[in-house]
Amino acid sequence: MGDHQQRVILAKLGLDGHDRGIKVVARILRDAGMEVIYLGLRQTTASIVAAAEEEDADAIGLSMHNAGHLTLGPKMAEAITAAGLDIPLIIGGIVPDEDVEELMNTGIAAVLGPGASAEEVVATVQDAISARDKA
Amino acid sequence: MTSSSDAATALFKSAVKGERRSLGKLLTAIERGGDQAEIIAGLAHQVSGNTHVVGITGAPGSGKSTLTGRLLKLFSEAGDKLAVLAVDPSSPLTGGAILGDRIRMDDLAGEESFIRSMATRGHSGGLALAVPAAIQLFDAVGYEPVIIETVGVGQVEVDVAGAADTTVVVVTPGMGDAVQANKAGLLEVADIFVVNKSDRPGASDARRDLELMLDLGHVSGLEQMTGYRPPIIMANSLEGTGADEVLDAIKSHAEYLRNSGKIHIRQKDRLVMEIQNRIELLIGSTASHILESDLGANSITKVLDRKISPAEAAKSIVGSIIASE
Repeated sequence: MGDHQQRVILAKLGLDGHDRGIKVVARILRDAGMEVIYLGLRQTTASIVAAAEEEDADAIGLSMHNAGHLTLGPKMAEAITAAGLDIPLIIGGIVPDEDVEELMNTGIAAVLGPGASAEEVVATVQDAISARDKA
Repeated sequence: MTSSSDAATALFKSAVKGERRSLGKLLTAIERGGDQAEIIAGLAHQVSGNTHVVGITGAPGSGKSTLTGRLLKLFSEAGDKLAVLAVDPSSPLTGGAILGDRIRMDDLAGEESFIRSMATRGHSGGLALAVPAAIQLFDAVGYEPVIIETVGVGQVEVDVAGAADTTVVVVTPGMGDAVQANKAGLLEVADIFVVNKSDRPGASDARRDLELMLDLGHVSGLEQMTGYRPPIIMANSLEGTGADEVLDAIKSHAEYLRNSGKIHIRQKDRLVMEIQNRIELLIGSTASHILESDLGANSITKVLDRKISPAEAAKSIVGSIIASE
């Protein structure tokens, strides 16, 4: 599937209005040649799952800046699995180091912090997609 | 080949049963193009031809997505199960795209509706094939109506929106004077005009310019030729005003097409355009192969040496394609 155009959904869940980071990530992924389906603010797990189905997304990126990652992150992962979708979920934003392991244990493919470079962002998304494709 | 055909048939059957994820995957295959896309488009074509296709087009930022979102809500409330295909441009440099139309639609979508974002992608004519195939697919699966939202910047995009049964052209105040409105192009394909952002200064001027343009069409005889004068609707999609009038106008235009029998002409035109696009792509790709071959290199050398003109070279290449068929 070398010619497959990668499609990534980017969204923020619930009450979290900090959207500078997600806009930067959208641009980074676009400039890396990906198609970004930008859902923006105040999404629900159901609206993200519906969009992922309709758009046949290869990955879902969730931006979190409200300290709700330990609650909402696993909930999102659960919703994706419950819908029978096999799509990697990547969380970006403000996530303390000590929370990363717990997130990774609850079905989240990767966590990107504020210091991540453009190259890291792209590599993380690509790795998550190829890990899924191999599985 | 057979297995890919089986896979496409299985996905298609499941999509017809209402499995949204299968429809999502079929649309991906259609966008990718190639054999699989042709098989899917073929399956869909057999059972399509029932849905009403609405094209929404206009300049970037004119409020097409917001208006589409409003229509999505109104159609859904009326119990319609509709599909939206939202086309956004790909970056010519990287091939990437930010498809942001859903942010203006998601809140308003009914559970039965289906929204798909599509990037124009680089490959020539890809959009011209993918959009009609996607329309046929939505049609075959039972979506009614199908709304295509596209930026009216390139010829392909104008063609795509213009090939709809009902084409809605969204304009905003300050788009230019009456001379701009009389230029041929996007405005000529409109069945319905929407002056969006009607709270802005200049909205009534925009309306007047459009009225004047249509009046001149009456004087020149264009209106008598088409037998139809597009309505002009003032709207503010952010607040939602005017959207119900747009919905009514779409329904009356659909009725007009049915009663006048013009719906068959539109449907035929759309299919003829698709055949033509496919012919051009087939010949174009064969010609590219020939250009890269010894025969092509030979022609190029002759053109460089000023022995034959580019037009003569092109004719001889097309001649050799016809001879080889």
